[in-house]
Amino acid sequence: MKWEIRSDRPVYSQLMEQIQQGIICGEYPLGGKLPSVRDMAAEAGVNPNTMQKALSELERTGLLYSQRTSGRFVTEDEEKIVMMKETLAKQQMKEFLKQMRQLGFSLKEICDMIQQLEEEMES
Amino acid sequence: MKLLECKALTKYYSGKCALNEIDLTIESGKIVGLLGPNGSGKSTLIKLIAGLLTPSKGELTVLGNPVGVGTKKIISYLPDKDYISDWMKIEEIVRMFEEFYEDFDSKRAFEMLNKLNLDKSAKLKQLSKGNKEKVQLILVMSRRAKLYLLDEPIGGVDPAARDYILNTIISNYEPEATVVIATHLIADIEQVLDEVIFIHQGKIALQSTVDEIREKEGKSVDSLFREVYKC
Repeated sequence: MKWEIRSDRPVYSQLMEQIQQGIICGEYPLGGKLPSVRDMAAEAGVNPNTMQKALSELERTGLLYSQRTSGRFVTEDEEKIVMMKETLAKQQMKEFLKQMRQLGFSLKEICDMIQQLEEEMES
Repeated sequence: MKLLECKALTKYYSGKCALNEIDLTIESGKIVGLLGPNGSGKSTLIKLIAGLLTPSKGELTVLGNPVGVGTKKIISYLPDKDYISDWMKIEEIVRMFEEFYEDFDSKRAFEMLNKLNLDKSAKLKQLSKGNKEKVQLILVMSRRAKLYLLDEPIGGVDPAARDYILNTIISNYEPEATVVIATHLIADIEQVLDEVIFIHQGKIALQSTVDEIREKEGKSVDSLFREVYKC
């Protein structure tokens, strides 16, 4: 997986987002086992304790679970994945809407523009 | 667990105060960045911990013991200067370290040397500045120590090797060991750090985790450093 850590935000929250992305795109399949904390930290080039924190936070949300001896797994519950996707989509849309408002567009205008763009892209 | 503790630690150099009543605790299992401008006291603090200097005043303990022969056994120190006889072959240096340090793992050293394409039959003086630094860092990281003290470990190496070296640090330190890295190349290392300590004119200016700084200040440790120490 390709990791990208930006410098202006906490590292662990960026790791959380990118692990979520990895689950959505199938890099970490439903019910699959995750690599060890150390391996994931080395791959991402971050501190193992920070990776541990990101993973524990995701465990708290129920997206991951750990089994005492055999390691850490992605949830098998598809509903949780759907919910996570919705949350991520909402976050992105909020950000997008905020920027569009700053540019002075109304919701109606934004919707029209999106539709138009979609048609252009399809043709 | 408390690995290192300083209480009112003070060091004078011929009348000049290099460290001024420092109180500091470092836990085990952390990667800590010791950051500060040139002449702020970084190397002095590291040398005191390594036992190369003795405090003028105050207390300094590692795992509860005052710094001395016993603590040197569990501390692996990388000085900021070349310190190995450069007429020796790399292979010979590895063997020497193996004899000298109980906790030295030569298999690990040879693996890292291979990975960085360093020829073990070469003499140290035949290597470039950056490659010399790599060899010295590999030797230091090949000990199974409790505390690693790295004084400017990545200054002279290229960015690709820097990545490999940082990776060596994160994947090779023992989980209960602590790595203290003194540097001013903050941007390159901040995402591997747990904690940063800003040191300024012989005093601790800040001790915090990297993510706390990013959360509170909304900026990287590197930008905060540039702001605090703006010339």
